[in-house]
Amino acid sequence: MSPKATTSEDRSEERARRSRGISKAPAIELERLRIVRGGNTVIDDVTVSVSEGIITGLLGPSGCGKTTLMRTIVGNQKITAGSATVLGHAAGAKSLRRHVGYVTQSPSIYRDLTTIENVRYFAALYGIGMQRVHEVVEAVGLTGQKTDLAGNLSGGQQGRVSLACALVCDPDLLILDEPTVGLDPLLRVELWEQFVDMADRGKTLLISSHAMDEARQCAELILMRDGAILAHAEPEAILRQTNCLDLESAFVALVRSELQPVEEVRS
Amino acid sequence: MNPTTHWATTVRILTQLRRDRRAMFMILVIPALITVLFYSTLSLQGPGPDGLTPYDRLGIFQIAVIPCAVMFPIAAITMRRERASGTLDRLFTTPMSKLDLLAGYGTAFSLGAVAQAVIVTLVAYRVTDLSTAGSPLLVAMVCVLTAVLGVALGLFFSAFAETEFQAVQFAPIVLVPQLFLAGVFIPRDEMPGWLHSFSDVLPLTYVVEALQQISANAEATPRMWRDVGVVVAFIIAAVLGGAATLRRQEA
Repeated sequence: MSPKATTSEDRSEERARRSRGISKAPAIELERLRIVRGGNTVIDDVTVSVSEGIITGLLGPSGCGKTTLMRTIVGNQKITAGSATVLGHAAGAKSLRRHVGYVTQSPSIYRDLTTIENVRYFAALYGIGMQRVHEVVEAVGLTGQKTDLAGNLSGGQQGRVSLACALVCDPDLLILDEPTVGLDPLLRVELWEQFVDMADRGKTLLISSHAMDEARQCAELILMRDGAILAHAEPEAILRQTNCLDLESAFVALVRSELQPVEEVRS
Repeated sequence: MNPTTHWATTVRILTQLRRDRRAMFMILVIPALITVLFYSTLSLQGPGPDGLTPYDRLGIFQIAVIPCAVMFPIAAITMRRERASGTLDRLFTTPMSKLDLLAGYGTAFSLGAVAQAVIVTLVAYRVTDLSTAGSPLLVAMVCVLTAVLGVALGLFFSAFAETEFQAVQFAPIVLVPQLFLAGVFIPRDEMPGWLHSFSDVLPLTYVVEALQQISANAEATPRMWRDVGVVVAFIIAAVLGGAATLRRQEA
């Protein structure tokens, strides 16, 4: 893997902070964020910060605003009110484009290109060579499908091509929207092992899911409903606070009782 | 602008085009076939009092109009697809600039346009007996320009189509009025003032005038170069307009 050139001062500052041992600097800070789309308030007054170097799970039912929140963080969504700061810059800032990877829910790839052609194209946009391209194709388990047209691959395989296109620039922050939907259990475990490995290397991951069972592998969880945040804490803290044994019932308990928000994350 | 990004995008789009056999056929073969068809029908009528057959008068214009008409929907649909597949959103999260993307599209389709122009011009001069006072090379140049114009207009208008279906429907809306007003069927001098002014702001008008100049004069005239300049200006305006319609952020 070739070392990447980082130009921004904030990046070196951040590295310095990490070397001083302050591990939980926020990678993402949302401040009173409000998003209105087509007259509907999709995100309503959300304030949250996502810690650096860990996996944060973003959980909630379909339509609760997870995708909009992720689109805001990568800079694809216009902000109505409030602010979103990512790695020390305003979300979507030009300097962030080499450091933030985004994998959408439905695979955003070229169906009429092969696996390798897709990954090679996105690599070229970052000025990254073929060695890394082969590396990530192998990492997502598609070595055998290198020269297959993406359109002919299964849904799960297309999702992995999409993931490879985001991994190719070795981003510091990876935003994944439902990356394991429809994957066979073994592959799901393998992908999660890779995510954990990335976090161990100091990368920050924000992974959305509606599968609550995956959430146990996250260091922290953000539970969302109707555009607002119900809870932001470590999985164990949420279970303890709600007196539940699994996250599914914890979620239900939180919605039913409208408990005061669980806030046990040190900032 | 970044040359690596621009070239990578050009290669990517050419690869996609190469895989689409029908689009290749549309770009390379159809314009030449239409030229032959046009010739076969229009040369049935004998020469008029001026000694010219309808094909002598109209043949040169269709070889410039068809490339524009073929390239417009292909460019519009490819760009529409880029928006719909989510790849455009993804590209916007990479360091790529909007102009790199449009330039990549422009270069890839322009290479197609050059191949198309060479084939159409060869067929027009060799298979049908098109004859012009000016050089066939100038005709080929205008042919390339009009194809690139079709690409630029297609990229621009794709922003206003919500589906690929609508993108196709834009083709007749954009092209047919231009064809009527360009001075092919009725000389522009005979048009009433309001129609004349309308035709002044349509790019195809200048394509047709440039071809009239090549048709009638052995040497390239200043008028022709001015017309070529106007078409280039329209192309640049459409590309910049296209860049303005590409939004990194959804409202």
